[in-house]
Amino acid sequence: MAAVTAARPVRARRRRPSLWALFWLLAGALYFLVPLYSVAQFSLETGAHRYGFHWYAQIFSDPSFRSSFLLSLRLAVETVAISFVLMVPTVYWVHLRLPKLRPTMDMIAVLPFVVPPVALVVGLSGLFSALPSLLASSQILALMYVILALPFTYRSLDAGMRAIDVKTLTEASQSVGSPGWKTLLFVIVPNIRSAMLSAAFLTLAIVMGEYTISSLLLFNTFAVYIYYIGNTEAYQAAALAIISFVLTWGAMMGIFFVSRLAGGRESVQIGGTR
Amino acid sequence: MATLELKQVRKQFGDVAALRDMTLEVASGEFVSLLGPSGCGKTTALRIVAGFEFPDSGELLVDGRDITGVVANKRNMGMVFQAYSLFPNMTARDNVAYGLRVRGTDKAARQRQAEELLELVGLSDQAKRYPRQLSGGQQQRVALARALAIEPAVLLLDEPLSALDAKVRVTLRQEIRQIQKRLGTTTLYVTHDQEEALSISDRVAVMSAGVLEQVGKPAEIYRDPRTPFVAEFVGTMNRLDGQVAGAESVVVGAGTVRLQIEADHGHPIGAKVLVLIRPESVTLKEAVNGEAAEGALKGRVITHTFLGPVTRLGLDSDLGPLVVDVPGVEALSLASGTGVTLSVDPAGVHLLSAG
Amino acid sequence: MRGETPAEAGERPSAHSSRRATTVAAPEPGDRVRRARKSSNARIVRWAGVLPFFAYTAVFLLFPTVELMVKSFKGSSGQFTWANVSQLFQGDFASAYVTSIEVSAITAVAGGLLGLFIAYAAVHGRLPAFIRPLLSTFSGVAANFAGIPLAFAFIATLGPTGVITSVLNGAGFHIYNHGFSIFSITGLSLTYVYFQFPLMILIISPSLEGLRAEWREAAQNLGATPAQYWRHVGLPILLPALLGATVLLFGNAFSAYATPYALSGGYINLVPVRIGAILSGNVIVPNPQLGDALAFGMIVIVAAAVSVYVLLQRRAAKWLQ
Repeated sequence: MAAVTAARPVRARRRRPSLWALFWLLAGALYFLVPLYSVAQFSLETGAHRYGFHWYAQIFSDPSFRSSFLLSLRLAVETVAISFVLMVPTVYWVHLRLPKLRPTMDMIAVLPFVVPPVALVVGLSGLFSALPSLLASSQILALMYVILALPFTYRSLDAGMRAIDVKTLTEASQSVGSPGWKTLLFVIVPNIRSAMLSAAFLTLAIVMGEYTISSLLLFNTFAVYIYYIGNTEAYQAAALAIISFVLTWGAMMGIFFVSRLAGGRESVQIGGTR
Repeated sequence: MATLELKQVRKQFGDVAALRDMTLEVASGEFVSLLGPSGCGKTTALRIVAGFEFPDSGELLVDGRDITGVVANKRNMGMVFQAYSLFPNMTARDNVAYGLRVRGTDKAARQRQAEELLELVGLSDQAKRYPRQLSGGQQQRVALARALAIEPAVLLLDEPLSALDAKVRVTLRQEIRQIQKRLGTTTLYVTHDQEEALSISDRVAVMSAGVLEQVGKPAEIYRDPRTPFVAEFVGTMNRLDGQVAGAESVVVGAGTVRLQIEADHGHPIGAKVLVLIRPESVTLKEAVNGEAAEGALKGRVITHTFLGPVTRLGLDSDLGPLVVDVPGVEALSLASGTGVTLSVDPAGVHLLSAG
Repeated sequence: MRGETPAEAGERPSAHSSRRATTVAAPEPGDRVRRARKSSNARIVRWAGVLPFFAYTAVFLLFPTVELMVKSFKGSSGQFTWANVSQLFQGDFASAYVTSIEVSAITAVAGGLLGLFIAYAAVHGRLPAFIRPLLSTFSGVAANFAGIPLAFAFIATLGPTGVITSVLNGAGFHIYNHGFSIFSITGLSLTYVYFQFPLMILIISPSLEGLRAEWREAAQNLGATPAQYWRHVGLPILLPALLGATVLLFGNAFSAYATPYALSGGYINLVPVRIGAILSGNVIVPNPQLGDALAFGMIVIVAAAVSVYVLLQRRAAKWLQ
């Protein structure tokens, strides 16, 4: 960011809000809310002008819902775990020992955008046909999701590490005799908690909504289940859409509060299935 | 060049009164500084003059014409902001020429004028550079040239030097003053740095909490502060409680020490006053044999601070705690606890009513 | 920017030289060899730290991309051929690319403009302070809500029995009678915009905040009207960031799979959907490498978009930082 701005006394220098601003904000709010309202209405319609939570009840009692939801949830946790194990030491290392590598890392972090999920599946299909055992369990999904979430995980961790003085903390920790891994675990990690939590929430949102890879590899994740239901049960699908929205909303709120607590700028990021 | 007048200007932000009935006149070609701490309203006043804020009540007159309601881009005032105001997508020359560009001046003419002004501020060789390639001081010079390019009726400067290094500040403020004198532009200058205000202004207006405390020539403000705030804000001031004891004397402190003062102080005998003494108005002599001369004021050195041109001593004295400035470095050798004799210049004692 | 430029600071004595003067005494001959070996060992150790990451990205990013590139140019007996790639420019596949490009471009511009106006309203519209973080969070939700649920939401809104469709029908606008369908390209575009404009808001807001109030005020002070300010200062400064963001939006739409798939049941002629169809065996193609070529072509286009974005971002950073 720019250099230090001279301090100005805090003053409410606000005039009346511009009419144009209100108009556009309203337009945006409408575009955002109308589809949500529509699908919510569908999800609550139990008959002609009768409303209730019937469809939600049906869904929650559907064993496929539970299994697909839990599968996605498990995958999300695994993805977060693998991401952290892979990325936290790496980002730490780069900040500490290889700062010149930062631009390259920034570039690599953008690469997942360049290889869309569809293309990724096709690219790996050769590998899958050679080693079909890879597709035996859903673990492979977690491994691929790590890549999907990479840009956001990296950026979050990078920002978190930049905000603390990695070098000084490490040197201080080493001077009391702490070996490298302990420094990482007990000194660095606690200080980038909010960055890690933000990354975790975003990964959660991405994985819970991921359809492309899981459907093409024939796994029954939550989004696959939603699509399947949508083919036959329109109302239940609407309820699922609302559930999905609430999930995404929860994850974003999680990020919002986590970064608020840390006192940093809220950097809400975007990712996931399109 | 124009005269500028603020008449009873009031501005409220929510429940904060930024300006209360501010009335000020700036004569044609005059350089007036608005001096005060953060939040005193000086920047608000400047922005009202520029047209970025509108007063809740009161009038703004330029050459007698009411411009209170005139939009900012029609006021023909040049403003130099605190920092970052140069357009980053234009070279220095194009920045300076911008005011002329929006007035329809043709390209060749405005480029020529811009180059003339850049020469005036000493930056002809930087004409083709972009703001990010210039130092802070250079940027502010370009900003000044840009403000002057439109030949404004009034030149406004909002703490233009606060974001710069100390040395650059001192040189640049002199240059600003010289340019202003040369062009004779009516100028309103906002700063919180009293040294800055005193050194370059024709008159200084000291402000606090939205009110003008005192307006006058720099020497007047310094020597003859009219309110305790001005006394303490401008320079360092010793402030003692006292009571007028006679036409030429005042009793300080608990009641035993008398100070001689000048006769025309205008306060009735017996009046409670604030006795103000500048640190440089006190002279010291080291007490002989540790004993002060008979009848003289006595004191003891507590601290000493080297300030360069003077040594500042903190004393405990018959008058109470005192700050005294002694020229040179010899005073540094006065160890803590050394006894001294004080003598106060009567002309350097000012009284303000304490009531 | 404080202080002097390098040019002005030339006179100042360098701080570095004095520091170097106080380091180690003259080395012995053996030391140099030992130090060289130690430093190359140290270098290996240093790079070892990032090895897991590079290995992972190599396997899951580099390898698939290279595979696709190689397979795109391979014939059925393993020889180099242009046949696969040339098929991309013909018939169905070509029109898939064209449609994908069209939809991506239109929704990038439409979503981009909408997002720009909303972001500008929030940053410079003199609205209450809580609007900014609120908008940021909502934009995050909307941008992440894309995919299957979004498709269903739009079907619920503008589908044949959708809420808005019914409202419009009630008002006399029978849109389905006039050729509109949520399952058409138009309907798809409207759905895409739902996640495009929030993405724009998120990307462009920092740049809008970087537009300093001092610039607008200085322009005003010098006599410029708001229109002049925008034409001479605001837009030129904002343009690289704007273009970059729009291009990113383009790439974003181009990559979309789940949303069009759900809206069309897998039958819409877009590149990602065609690839998916080939992969799932729903469509038999003359040679299997066609899917690879399609995917590779997709990567090339999206890579171009991302590169343009990165370049324009760097350009934008020069002025807005």
